[in-house]
Amino acid sequence: MAKLNMVKALNLALREEMEADPDVLVIGEDVGVDGGVFRVTEDLHRTFGNTRVMDTPLAEAGIIGASVGMALYGLKPVCEIQFSGFAFQCFHQIENHAARYRRRSQGRFHCQMVVRMPYGGGVRALEHHSESEEQFYAHIPGIKMVIPSGPRNARALLASAIRDPDPVIFFEPKALYHAAKEEVPDEAETLPIGRAHVDREGRDLTLVSYGAMLRVCREAADLLQETDGVQAEIIDLLTLSPLDRAALTGSVQKTGRAVVVHEAPKSFGPGAEIATSIMEGAFLSLEAPIRRVAAFDVPFVGFAREKFNVPDVARVVAAARETLAF
Amino acid sequence: MGAEGAAVPRTIIETQFAVEHLSILDSDGNLDTALEPDISPDDLRRLYRAMLRGRRLDERMIRLQRQGRIGTFAPIKGQEASQMGSVFALRETDWMVPSFRETAAMLWRGWPIQKILLFYAGYVEGGQPAPGQHDLSMTIPVATQLPHAVGLAYAAQYRGDDVVVMAYCGDGATSEGDFHEALNFAGVWHVPIVFVVQNNQWAISMPLKKQTHSRTLAQKALAYGFPGIQVDGNDALAVYAASRDAVDRARAGGGPALIECVTYRLGVHTTADDPTKYRADEEVKAWEKKDPLTRFSAYLEKKNLMEPDLESQVDAEIARAVQAFEAMPPADPLAIFDHVYAEMPAHFEAERALLAERLRGRADAPPDVEIPPPSPPMRGQRRTSRWQN
Repeated sequence: MAKLNMVKALNLALREEMEADPDVLVIGEDVGVDGGVFRVTEDLHRTFGNTRVMDTPLAEAGIIGASVGMALYGLKPVCEIQFSGFAFQCFHQIENHAARYRRRSQGRFHCQMVVRMPYGGGVRALEHHSESEEQFYAHIPGIKMVIPSGPRNARALLASAIRDPDPVIFFEPKALYHAAKEEVPDEAETLPIGRAHVDREGRDLTLVSYGAMLRVCREAADLLQETDGVQAEIIDLLTLSPLDRAALTGSVQKTGRAVVVHEAPKSFGPGAEIATSIMEGAFLSLEAPIRRVAAFDVPFVGFAREKFNVPDVARVVAAARETLAF
Repeated sequence: MGAEGAAVPRTIIETQFAVEHLSILDSDGNLDTALEPDISPDDLRRLYRAMLRGRRLDERMIRLQRQGRIGTFAPIKGQEASQMGSVFALRETDWMVPSFRETAAMLWRGWPIQKILLFYAGYVEGGQPAPGQHDLSMTIPVATQLPHAVGLAYAAQYRGDDVVVMAYCGDGATSEGDFHEALNFAGVWHVPIVFVVQNNQWAISMPLKKQTHSRTLAQKALAYGFPGIQVDGNDALAVYAASRDAVDRARAGGGPALIECVTYRLGVHTTADDPTKYRADEEVKAWEKKDPLTRFSAYLEKKNLMEPDLESQVDAEIARAVQAFEAMPPADPLAIFDHVYAEMPAHFEAERALLAERLRGRADAPPDVEIPPPSPPMRGQRRTSRWQN
């Protein structure tokens, strides 16, 4: 057991998977000598050399496009895009090709590849360095979309993503990179993709979230417990697509109320799909309309005003109270 | 800056920026014997047969499309030498990465005619390369297949496999970002790849001079640190000679190369397009005189290598394939849920069951509605998209 932050835990997963499988490569901008802008790939090039830890020219479509080609050949590239805000320059390679090659070739080819990218606010950063764009990827058939919430599940989910035969978009909540350390077991660990985790059990209300917003939900649940005596259950989705609808339905059948919290803008965001899935699966158990707490439908607001846009504990608590009072 | 700026002394960076041009068999049938590549009589016959297969299938497919029996496709007429001269230089174990106008090259690589027809009839099954076949599927978004080709070449090199990758694109593709990213990566990684640019002069309605201010497309390779050569793309011998050199060089560790085949799209961009709107008949007629098949057949005749009845043999083969294609049983609608993920996710089961119910004609399923087949696009009917059914 070692206490690791999320950066070190992700680095550990990469190292373990590269040791276990010579087909696994790390590819991206500054992932070699520099160790990545957040140091997730630090020192990997020393162990595995620069043919497996590849510093690429500065071109996102080239990185993802070439990785698609490598995957079609049978390699398992793990790509790093420095910030999710830059991934629109390779979005076509993800949507048009990584997601579709299995279909297009009728199973003759598939893209076993992972695209890692830091997402979300909380680090006082410039435009394109603070946004949440998970909804775009969760919407693509053929893609799996994974978002860890802590060092231990980050390490286990990254290992699973690398071993998964389908292309996985792996969003890393950059606000949590150094936020906390957690015990991580010595032996390699995986977590099933597509399975949500009940982070906290409760009977009065379900808070649904993932990634960096999990922390906000935990604090909100603490506050609700202390001030209102409300026991909130927290569902940590971990995978957005394919969505664990059974976990959502099961929880709301018990609690009858749900609040969905995410950092992406509200309209057509993950909350819409989550709320609808709950409605379809647990309509007769619902005691109140499902609430969504999300960023407003506005573009980047600048980090000076970020705290007014990204959901915080007060907004989650307020939504929970409205739901409970309905 | 002005005059003052000009007075600042400059140093000269010594570069070697030369673009070669190669032509061996011209449109009048004149052969440059000194450059004539060494191709066995059997291979010459195979080369011509392959070009003819491409041409005759193309013509047959246009009729099938006009009759509504297949959908929109991109004809190759005029580009047979560009495709066959290049792909002929590959081994079966090498990889071929097509865009969407490489029917002749695909036939040569073993794609059955029936499968190509199936693809254009709207069935995804037609996009499946055979097991062990070293070809990617057709890629429609322009130039986006080129980074894949670079990745394949890198992977082959990483595994230590003796593989060269040949990737196709057109003149329009050279304006796309993915073209430049692919060439840049190929140069930096020094991978065994040959880019074949079929410069057919027109990207739908855009003539080459509006596509680029560069004098040649071949020279674009020079900026990425590897050679580019321009060849007469209607001269199968020149295309082959340049391709063989580039493939041999890549195989020997010499890195990437680019071949610009100067050719012409004698027909439509796709069957949804009417080129009389944007180009003059005289231009087309001038290029018809440079037809790659006429030139090559004359060359073979001089060598006494023309096979008798070749055209009827090819046509009979195509007719058999069309017959087999049309005799295929209707495809299973439930197959739309296959080949999305390695394992079907939970929510697919409900959706698949919904469709299955409907197909069984259950009372609670919505009634079947007869949907008439789409009528084929008419001549003169232009669509806004560059690739649209």
